[in-house]
Amino acid sequence: MQQIIYFIRKFRYFLLFILLETVAFIFIIQHHSYHKSKFVNSANSVTGGIYNTVSSVNDFFLLKSENERLIEENTQLKNLLNKRDINFNQITFKVNDSAKFGQKYEYTVAKIINNNYTNRNNSLTINKGTNQGITSDLGVINSKGIIGVTKSTSGNYTTVLSILNNNSKINVRLKNSNHFGTLIWNGKDYNILQLIDMPRQAQIKIGDTIITGGKSAIFPEGITIGTVKDFNFENNQYQNINIKLFNDMSAIGYVQIVKNLERIEQLNLENNTINE
Amino acid sequence: MNSLVVNNSFRFIGLVLLQVLVLNHVNLFGFLNPMIYIVWIFLFPIRKNKSLFLILSFLLGLTIDFFSDSGGINAAATLFIAFIRLPVLKAVLKKTDFDYLLFNLRAISFGKAFLFIIILTLIHHFIIFSLEYFSLNSINSIIYNTILTSGITIIISILGIILFSKKK
Repeated sequence: MQQIIYFIRKFRYFLLFILLETVAFIFIIQHHSYHKSKFVNSANSVTGGIYNTVSSVNDFFLLKSENERLIEENTQLKNLLNKRDINFNQITFKVNDSAKFGQKYEYTVAKIINNNYTNRNNSLTINKGTNQGITSDLGVINSKGIIGVTKSTSGNYTTVLSILNNNSKINVRLKNSNHFGTLIWNGKDYNILQLIDMPRQAQIKIGDTIITGGKSAIFPEGITIGTVKDFNFENNQYQNINIKLFNDMSAIGYVQIVKNLERIEQLNLENNTINE
Repeated sequence: MNSLVVNNSFRFIGLVLLQVLVLNHVNLFGFLNPMIYIVWIFLFPIRKNKSLFLILSFLLGLTIDFFSDSGGINAAATLFIAFIRLPVLKAVLKKTDFDYLLFNLRAISFGKAFLFIIILTLIHHFIIFSLEYFSLNSINSIIYNTILTSGITIIISILGIILFSKKK
């Protein structure tokens, strides 16, 4: 016993180092697994509060680009409305009583208060949390494309796993055909993402538009993401398909969080099918 | 003694805020973000009671991690350079024992202080980028990022130390 105490006293400095280093590695490993990063994240009130204060100043400089984006989106929505009018005239449609009947997605607006895009694994912090009904695994988009998926939440803040992350895999498809692929990021340029798992039957051309596929329960189908910049076709396989994003990930201000109201229903059904 | 505590606390908070609010968004040439907070490690007084120093450096790294959502990467790297600071200093100065209380980074010759800072910064950045990429495939990116970011960090931290510390 005395030997052990002597040993601990003699090496306590080294043992303390090992102990703290182990704690740090536990945090790193927890952070890598998707749902467990409960402790070390910027969604708590101290870091979130500081970021919120600073971003209220930075906002001022983003006003111009944010306005331009809003005007663009307004034009797009007006065009959409006009198309609707024509359709309404042609076919009869019935009005449902219940306010939310048939509504599949619900959108919440949020402001980005911290944005990283130069690391290998990037994340963002937004100023809405569980008090506003945000949970983990919700899609985050803006009018030009997708931003990421929510990860950890606190009362008023949420961290978002950016699409510029090693752990991010988004189901996408070509706009003009129904071939699905997966969108990943190789960590080099924050405007260029990579498309993998494209079947060789797909006809890809430079300039083709990529949109979200409806396979996942997170993003609605048909959100535009970017265009094909270049690719190689070797051994009858598509390789190195680079996608240029419509979004400038370095300058995003306001985003929308998409809540899929039928998500639980869909996931339960899929789980049951797998288990059978 | 008391002013030492106040000084180091202010430096701690100041460096953390500078790092997370300004330097993490510098993006020089599109991707370089200097990590200046490790200056705190260089400047912390050397004493015989080293456990407190280890715990504080761990907390410094962890604070940066909280802000930048990086798990425990900064904590692990900062703790490691805090642990090897004294051996490195002894190797650089080629002394086995020196005056713990009177030690000051500005008091030793510029070349030796420079070497000391280079060694610790390179090790720190290498650990950070290895843990961030976490794959042997991207060893090229890790070394490339380590060298370039270290260069910026070393230049800014030496300028900062010369500007903001009193010469003995």
